[in-house]
Amino acid sequence: MLGLMPAYMLPSPLKVLRAFGANFFVLLDHARVSLLESFLGLGIGIGLALLLTALMDRFGVIYKMAYPLLVITQAVPVVAVAPLLVLWLGYGMAPKVVLIVIVCFFPIAVGMLDGLKAADPDQMNLLRAMGANRGQIFRHLKFPGALPGFFSGLKVSVSFSIIGAVVAEWLGGDKGLGVYMTRVRKSYAYDKMFAVIFLVIAISLLLMRLAGFMEKRAMPWKRAKGR
Amino acid sequence: MSAAAGGARVHTLEARGLCKTFGEKQVLQNVNIHLDEGEIVGLLGVSGVGKSTLFNLLSGLLVPDEGQVLLEGRQAAGLTGRIGYMQQKDLLLPHKKIVDNIALPLVLKGEKKKEARRRVEEELAAFGLEGTADKYPDQLSGGMRQRAALLRTYFFNGRVALLDEPFSALDAITKTQIHQWFLQVMSRIRMSAIFITHDVDEAILLSDRLYIMAGSPGSIAAELKVDAPRPRGTLFTASAEFMERKRRILSALQIG
Repeated sequence: MLGLMPAYMLPSPLKVLRAFGANFFVLLDHARVSLLESFLGLGIGIGLALLLTALMDRFGVIYKMAYPLLVITQAVPVVAVAPLLVLWLGYGMAPKVVLIVIVCFFPIAVGMLDGLKAADPDQMNLLRAMGANRGQIFRHLKFPGALPGFFSGLKVSVSFSIIGAVVAEWLGGDKGLGVYMTRVRKSYAYDKMFAVIFLVIAISLLLMRLAGFMEKRAMPWKRAKGR
Repeated sequence: MSAAAGGARVHTLEARGLCKTFGEKQVLQNVNIHLDEGEIVGLLGVSGVGKSTLFNLLSGLLVPDEGQVLLEGRQAAGLTGRIGYMQQKDLLLPHKKIVDNIALPLVLKGEKKKEARRRVEEELAAFGLEGTADKYPDQLSGGMRQRAALLRTYFFNGRVALLDEPFSALDAITKTQIHQWFLQVMSRIRMSAIFITHDVDEAILLSDRLYIMAGSPGSIAAELKVDAPRPRGTLFTASAEFMERKRRILSALQIG
């Protein structure tokens, strides 16, 4: 193509499409594994983020201790840590899930924390005047108020999660889009390589849409605004 | 017999000798006020005289350094959830429907959500809020939101309310309309209230009695009965009687 590089290195869209079609079920099978890892990692990441931010909000000491750690998890060079995780946890699903937890945790936790801290002190006083305890204030005021932050974090995290799965799979395993990617790269089947890349993009976009949909469902008052 | 014995009379809400100091600064010095059943009592005073601190003490959000808060004769200092409290801002929670916002004091007390909603829905019409139960606060006008906040205040305990500049965020026309409505609804639901205002006219129009706070630290500088007949229309605000009261209030306010 244009004589710049051999056609097999930069395959035409048609060839990519054909590769996609021909390997559809193989791709689907690998995608299933990657998605499972993503969801597991996301689920655990969300759970940990909610738990930790609730504790950080409740106890100032935990906030001070955990905040620097939180920032560090975001600064961790994921690609460098991945081989270590494989070394420690083997070639199964565990290292992939752990890696995804690490990358997903931060955006959600930070979004939550910002939201929790933004609670209006006047509204907190009002709830206290109603006789509300800390738990009730969290449930009725702080948590709902933190949902917008949570979802903006989640929308970032979902695309991180699928990319995290692919990166973790590069390092070993027997199934998953990352494993497949490594395999086709080594056999110079770049049309298939591009097919996977596009599939990852598609999955990523789909997950973001899903998160957006959940956001709308979880916060009906945002839609009602101005109606 | 005991009720008639002067000092032993039990008021709906009473503060005796309240003192409060924040750090180095004493804010309140020996504040004595009381509120009887069915009364609307105005509380006037310049900014910073300690009116909001007094409300925070009465509502239990703050604990007095000295003195007592008595609710129907019983100690209530530092106990929250027993007296309705409403602020200038309506402070409705944006993520809750109107019905759930109003029901919140009931739900926090452990009432079942369904039952709390039912009780709220029964009152909506009287507060001019029919058809708004499933709306969110952002979908309501300022006047409606303020009425919703007042109804929520009623569900704190239904007998006593502290209203901190409840109408000051409203425009003049809405305010005039809401004044009449306010007096009607308060007598219908038989709620007594102390309300803070900076508007002397409003204070004379709405109150059965008035306290004027002044000084630093703040204390009650004057108490004034407003025994003009109700309803007090717009013409009342132009009467000599009204002017006389206004003059006395203004001079009392300048003590500080």
